[in-house]
Amino acid sequence: MTLQTTTYLVVGLTFAIYIGIAIWARASTTKDFYIAGGGVHPVANGMATAADWMSAASFISMAGLIAFMGYGGSVFLMGWTGGYVLLAMLLAPYLRKFGKFTVPEFIGERYYSKGARVVAVICLIVASVTYVIGQMKGIGVAFSRFLEVQYELGLMIGMAIVFIYAVLGGMKGITYTQIAQYCVLIFAYTIPAIFISLNLTGNPIPQLGLGSMMSGSEVYLLDRLDQVVQDLGFAQYTTSARLSLTNMFMYTMSLMIGTAGLPHVIIRFFTVPKVKDARSSAGWALVFIAILYTTAPAVAAMARLNLMSTIEPVSGEYMVYEKRPNWFRNWEKTGLLVYEDKNDDGLVQYSADPATNEMVTIDRDIMVLANPEIARLPNWVIALVAAGGLAAALSTAAGLLLAISSAISHDLLKGIFKPDITEQQELLASRIAMAGAILLAGYLGFNPPDFAAGTVALAFGLAASSIFPVLMMGIFSKRMNKEGAIAGMVAGLGVTLLYVFQHKGIMFIASTAYMGDMPQNWFMGIEPNAFGAVGAIVNFAVAFAVSRVTSPPPEHIQHLVEDIRVPHGAMGAIDH
Amino acid sequence: MSKNKSYWSGNLRLVALCLAIWFVVSFGFGIILVEPMNKISIGGYKLGFWFAQQGSIYIFVALIFFYANRMGKLDREHDVHEDKSE
Repeated sequence: MTLQTTTYLVVGLTFAIYIGIAIWARASTTKDFYIAGGGVHPVANGMATAADWMSAASFISMAGLIAFMGYGGSVFLMGWTGGYVLLAMLLAPYLRKFGKFTVPEFIGERYYSKGARVVAVICLIVASVTYVIGQMKGIGVAFSRFLEVQYELGLMIGMAIVFIYAVLGGMKGITYTQIAQYCVLIFAYTIPAIFISLNLTGNPIPQLGLGSMMSGSEVYLLDRLDQVVQDLGFAQYTTSARLSLTNMFMYTMSLMIGTAGLPHVIIRFFTVPKVKDARSSAGWALVFIAILYTTAPAVAAMARLNLMSTIEPVSGEYMVYEKRPNWFRNWEKTGLLVYEDKNDDGLVQYSADPATNEMVTIDRDIMVLANPEIARLPNWVIALVAAGGLAAALSTAAGLLLAISSAISHDLLKGIFKPDITEQQELLASRIAMAGAILLAGYLGFNPPDFAAGTVALAFGLAASSIFPVLMMGIFSKRMNKEGAIAGMVAGLGVTLLYVFQHKGIMFIASTAYMGDMPQNWFMGIEPNAFGAVGAIVNFAVAFAVSRVTSPPPEHIQHLVEDIRVPHGAMGAIDH
Repeated sequence: MSKNKSYWSGNLRLVALCLAIWFVVSFGFGIILVEPMNKISIGGYKLGFWFAQQGSIYIFVALIFFYANRMGKLDREHDVHEDKSE
């Protein structure tokens, strides 16, 4: 069977499973649609959260980023996992106790203000829409590379699949498909890693292989890698920081706080039956995430080493271009791998010096996608990677779309404009909002705006500087009032946007960057992507100061805060 | 209400302990102290590098389950758990 046929078969099979689940898990009430009926087992919810969280970026791009950044790539590993500790201890159990459907709903009630709710809806929609664009692109790219269909057609197939299970099943359909998608993506990620680790080190567990000696030699894999990259003039793999340690600190902090503040992750914890389930479910989510996140650094280092030793098998002996392997030819066709014979010797010389380096382009996304081919693994493994990439993108897109559509139908329509609609009308409205959100995401996938590349960082910045602080203060400070919360959100958001725009351009149009994207102009050497943590600090400080000089929240709000702090009585609170 | 007060302060103490560990293993060992930590090796891993790319994640997982477990006990000690009848 050819690779093409195998890929169609594997991807087709996974899609059939997702549609089967959609038909089985239809939503019949708004509670089903928004929070899957509130009866999801904590381990199942953990698995669904892991799929929801791990996007096309985690699956395809992260290991590639680490492969070329080495130690500096640790910011993503720690940042995108450490946020779950904050979530489990500072937000999830209390928001579950509060027992409503959406994040803006909590903000609106806790701060007794429709204005605060609207500000929260806007933050949520901006953060989620920017995030969903990346997923749509991921779906289109995965289709066009692996199934060799047009990008547009691929995107349409992806939209159709999400449409079926998200519109039909809401959170209930999404949760159960996400569980299936998690299984697909984790197999797809770990199987190649196990094979490669076994090849290189003889140890089948990648996490241990990374710290082992190379097969048949007395040299540790990481020492060899350090040696190889330094010989070519690159920075040492295990110690090369990203810009500076201060910057790494702030970037990691921003990603952690941002992770804990992303609404599509938070709402997953509304689906479990009890407060104590919300606590343990965050732990299970992180277990399932950690399986991929601790494998990724091994994939990164091993892929980099494999790439290097293909191009330059022995130091000073280069690969003959005419004898390049098949995967090299395949990826050249896509333009993601570009060779230029600068000294006309027909050999491939790869080095850190741009004047002599002949590997002009090595797109970092190749590292995961081409990894099984580089390691000469069988076709079914390559097909599995295609299905895994699609599962990662689809599951995250669905979770984001649910957060967007429930903010529109529940917070804006039911909460503000038409409070008197019946449940059946709201359910219909939420389905229409979901369909609308899918069409919008698809439109943005067809016509990605110029600023798309910078926007995922913006989503984390927004969540870190606006949503996380306001939620945390709502639980941990009884004294925090409406004025403080709104001032804090506006200040945190304002500072973050101002900093990003002044260095990256207003709405990411580079020519409007009035301070230029120049590291010497950066505040304390902090890159714009890493500024969410500063925004969060500003938010906390402003909110604290404003709340001290304005009147305390009304009595019943203080009782509400006392009530969400204790688990007892959560069962009754869930029904509206 | 004083019962709930001591429950809440017990929770805050537990959160503070967990977040202190969370901070030390990631920001401490993985970033601020990475250079001195890297002088120590376990197997082929430099220790600072290991904490940044492996160890901190394992400890995060353990921390959440530790917290969930201890909070479950605290809920029962202060009789605020969810299984009790209204």
